[in-house]
Amino acid sequence: MNVHDLAEKLGLTVFSLPESDREAKGVYIGDLLSWVMGRAQSGQVWITIMSNINVIAVASLSDVACVILAEGVTVEDNILEAANQRGINLLGSEKSAYEIALELSGLV
Amino acid sequence: MNRYFYDFHLHSCISPCADNDMTPSNIVGMASLVGLNILALTDHNSVKNTPAFYEACKRFGIIPIAGMELTTAEEIHVVCLFETLEGAISFGDEIDRRRVRIKNRVEIFGDQLIVDAEDNIIGREDDLLPNATTVSLEEVPELVERFGGVCWPAHIDRMANGIIAVLGTFPETPKFLCAELNVPEKKEEYLQKYPILREKRILCSSDSHNLWSIRDQNDSFLLEDEPYSGDLVRSNLFKVLRSAL
Repeated sequence: MNVHDLAEKLGLTVFSLPESDREAKGVYIGDLLSWVMGRAQSGQVWITIMSNINVIAVASLSDVACVILAEGVTVEDNILEAANQRGINLLGSEKSAYEIALELSGLV
Repeated sequence: MNRYFYDFHLHSCISPCADNDMTPSNIVGMASLVGLNILALTDHNSVKNTPAFYEACKRFGIIPIAGMELTTAEEIHVVCLFETLEGAISFGDEIDRRRVRIKNRVEIFGDQLIVDAEDNIIGREDDLLPNATTVSLEEVPELVERFGGVCWPAHIDRMANGIIAVLGTFPETPKFLCAELNVPEKKEEYLQKYPILREKRILCSSDSHNLWSIRDQNDSFLLEDEPYSGDLVRSNLFKVLRSAL
């Protein structure tokens, strides 16, 4: 499923969607960025509660299809800017990482 | 000009993870025995033992710095030092308003004791101190500066609450002029791995939570100190810490 359809289906907040037709396959959940860097795989949906500019750097490095910020975490303008610049799809949800993962199960 | 040995990262008995015998007067007594000259008290999200610390330092002829180890919203530990006790106390009031309140459970986390310079318990902090505040890393340097302080990421070589572990690398922003290593021997390795650190002052402090972890003379600064006063030494140290390498 592509990220655009996925955002629609799960009713996610769209912070940035520069690569909306990117295919998502598989899910990774984690907040410690040094840990995520070596483990998230290209094309995965990455769910995190970390809201820091470095999330964009790590998303770009690991080439994930999109980032979903869980539990209503908000983003500052500089993060949005960086996401658009680097072509990172950044989405948000009020739900917990577990609940989002359950909804993603079978879809990606 | 004289050489001053320092430890800028020490916890007292108000930090729940520190021993109850880490009273300001015990810390200063031990540090004086091992030959340290400038000490900073940096409890988790609190400055409430810094007045007693100032008093204890005066007794031992040690130059005190009131500080705090702030936990950011991202759970990154940042050492914040203030040029005056008053500045530190006002900063403490500000952080008090930005803490996330959870009751401390002494049997799990430990006591959070406020003491005087004679080791008398004069109060207890009821809410857990070390958990994340709502202060984001991005806003820390400016906030600390507003209260006459300087700050830098703590124990960047540690997995738990170290900036590199949390963020994956040492970030370009916010700009820090210094960074703290817990293990001095790792300096070369970190400078190799993270070139951004080459333009920062690398400080090595013990992060002691108990008396036996207070280290012997390790790192030092050469500081102008004439006509001698503790305030002059502290002021010259802050000038160095605020300047680019």
